Amino acid sequence: MLSIKNLHVQIEGNKILNGLDLDVEPGMIHAIMGPNGSGKSTLASVLAGREEYEVLEGEITFKGQDLLELGPDERAREGLFLAFQYPVELPGVSMSNFLKEAVNSVREHRGLPPLSSAEFLKDMKEKAALVDLNPDLKRRSVNEGFSGGEKKRNEIFQLAMLDPTLAILDETDSGLDIDALRIVADGVNKLRDENRSFVVITHYQRLLNYIVPDVVHVLLNGRIVKSGTKDLALQLEEKGYDWLKSEIELSEPTTA
Amino acid sequence: MYPGAIVDSERRLNLNKRNNRYFKLEIDFSALPPFNDMDETKYLQSVADSEYEYGFVTEIDADTAPKGLSEDTVRLISSKKGEPEWMLDWRLRAFRHWQKLAEKEAYPRWAHLDYPDIDFQDVSYYSAPNSKPKYESLDEVDPELLRTFDRLGISLQEQKRLTGVAVDIVMDSVSVATTFKDELEKQGIIFCSFGEAIEKHPELVKKYIGSVVPYSDNFYACLNSAVFSDGSFCYIPEGVRCPMELSTYFRINEAGTGQFERTLIVAEKGSYVSYLEGCTAPMRDENQLHAAVVEIIAMEDAEVKYSTIQNWYPGDKNGKGGIYNFVTKRGICEGDNAKISWTQLETGSSITWKYPSVILKGDNTTGEFYSVAFTKNKQQADTGTKMIHLGKNSSSTIISKGISAGESNNSYRGLVKINKKAQGARNFSQCDSLLLGDRCGAHTFPYIEIDNSTAQVEHEATTSKVGEDQIFYCNSRGIGEAEAVKLIVNGFCKEILAELPMEFAVEAQKLLAIELEGSVG
Repeated sequence: MLSIKNLHVQIEGNKILNGLDLDVEPGMIHAIMGPNGSGKSTLASVLAGREEYEVLEGEITFKGQDLLELGPDERAREGLFLAFQYPVELPGVSMSNFLKEAVNSVREHRGLPPLSSAEFLKDMKEKAALVDLNPDLKRRSVNEGFSGGEKKRNEIFQLAMLDPTLAILDETDSGLDIDALRIVADGVNKLRDENRSFVVITHYQRLLNYIVPDVVHVLLNGRIVKSGTKDLALQLEEKGYDWLKSEIELSEPTTA
Repeated sequence: MYPGAIVDSERRLNLNKRNNRYFKLEIDFSALPPFNDMDETKYLQSVADSEYEYGFVTEIDADTAPKGLSEDTVRLISSKKGEPEWMLDWRLRAFRHWQKLAEKEAYPRWAHLDYPDIDFQDVSYYSAPNSKPKYESLDEVDPELLRTFDRLGISLQEQKRLTGVAVDIVMDSVSVATTFKDELEKQGIIFCSFGEAIEKHPELVKKYIGSVVPYSDNFYACLNSAVFSDGSFCYIPEGVRCPMELSTYFRINEAGTGQFERTLIVAEKGSYVSYLEGCTAPMRDENQLHAAVVEIIAMEDAEVKYSTIQNWYPGDKNGKGGIYNFVTKRGICEGDNAKISWTQLETGSSITWKYPSVILKGDNTTGEFYSVAFTKNKQQADTGTKMIHLGKNSSSTIISKGISAGESNNSYRGLVKINKKAQGARNFSQCDSLLLGDRCGAHTFPYIEIDNSTAQVEHEATTSKVGEDQIFYCNSRGIGEAEAVKLIVNGFCKEILAELPMEFAVEAQKLLAIELEGSVG
């Protein structure tokens, strides 16, 4: 599904990722944890195709294709989805127009006919229910006037609409109260299936109580320094990242 | 120089000196697919791949005056049109005033526009299709003219049958076909060419012409008053609600012919009319001069809604060619509770100089101005409105959206004037600018003059760039860059487009889509 090898990335001259390796198999949920500045969001941005990030070295293949060769819109059409940490507002652009454009460009790429208005609206209604969004949202402007929780639910709603094979959740739990967190996690769990993989990026173990990962990775200084089961997340919660930092410094004193 | 000027960003243009030869012609389009919210984006996509779509010249045998402007020219125009003495006199008074202005070179130079001086002697001031007689049916109309309409995607029959829009077509300077007239006549509504109005309703024309925009108003209005070729006249009797949208479509046709439209709309007490004006012009290499005048009179309790789509040839990528559009549009809310609304989408012309205004004379009157102005390449627009509050509790709303791309300059210029007797007057102004790229300019010049302390005047202004973040967000959902920009721009203009009648709203989106092509990046 997704294979990242020896990825080195910089932005504005600052090296953020330093030889990151990651393999995600179909149907798996991988959690990526790490302290502030460890490169989590950079990883999400590079995967989604943000231009400002410069890939210095390494390769990313997605479903057998060189991901770095594709523009961000092409990646989305190929089935990669990024749930934004800070969803962007598009004043005056209605959710229905926005999503219809998105859904139909994805469908076209997959050789499917565009949805009729009736099918589209029905789909919107069903998917909105997954994350408990008011179906009236179709008339609202994209993310404009949405509360913090609504914005995050809106991301998962769009995920459902676009039916990707790989979804990256970039700190989807940040800024959510416990009820909203549960709604978002429930939505994600309903969207789990054997063909769809998730990369869940988070600071906190809390989200992983609801979205149970198959693998947990710890990102430090731009590399994955430790991988394990969901128990690793619990360990981190208990001991903090400093525990790992010292462990790594002991074993790899030359790490940049 | 401009009180209260907020210059958001600025870049001066160097326009090359050009041959100044003008011509113009007019028409329309409008056999549009029904508006459907769900299909709009696809629709945009389908039309978004052309250069200037309406650039062609109809070869119709035309009767064109030699170039140059003198008293003889004015007399020639008047006699060609078989006008009565009083009309000629009015024209001549205007011409003599214009001569004085021209001697003083009293061109309006205060606008944020840069273009070479116009040689007014190098313009032809009259052109009419030769097949002059009025037609009873379309079968009698010059087939070449009908083919023009076909190329523009309209069929008059279809329009009559499907849209319920009566169309008074001004092809060059003479109206060649008027539809739905009988139906309107039954209600006492007069909707005809200006020439016909002079002939058949002289008392009305005499009474109202120049009553809102006097010939001495400004340089271009004065020129128009001397040489106006034709235009439209509309009269809604007391208490009548006009049952359909009245629409006039203009198209500039004859090479080297100046055309000077004049429109007069009178809405009697308690009446209502919605009036549409839409324009496209064929592609040309020379600059073309357009100086129109529109006057609206709304009596007590009357309401006039005037909507415009202006899509004249904007010139090529280097600014060559394109229409010079100097327009004076003004309405007066003469009686209490009257209302006048201007809605405009300006995407065309190389130079736009236009300030549709409302004089709020009666008490409790309402003036509205909703505008989207889009400029790209080297286009320059200086447009806005004037709201003159004289009556008590008069209120006005101004919402202006400027979109600049390429190396264009887009200025909003508006005056809100509250007279000392306008107790309790209110105004709300909102001017938003959107920049596409970093070589264009957006400017806001709001003027506010308040002589009454009870007035409430609010002004909001924003400038934003279409953000990389917004485009990336769309991209990450599978939407390509061009489509993303269209979505964002349409969103930006949404509240203005919503003011347009439905068929016009579709046209507006179509034009925006075409204009946006290639203006990103």
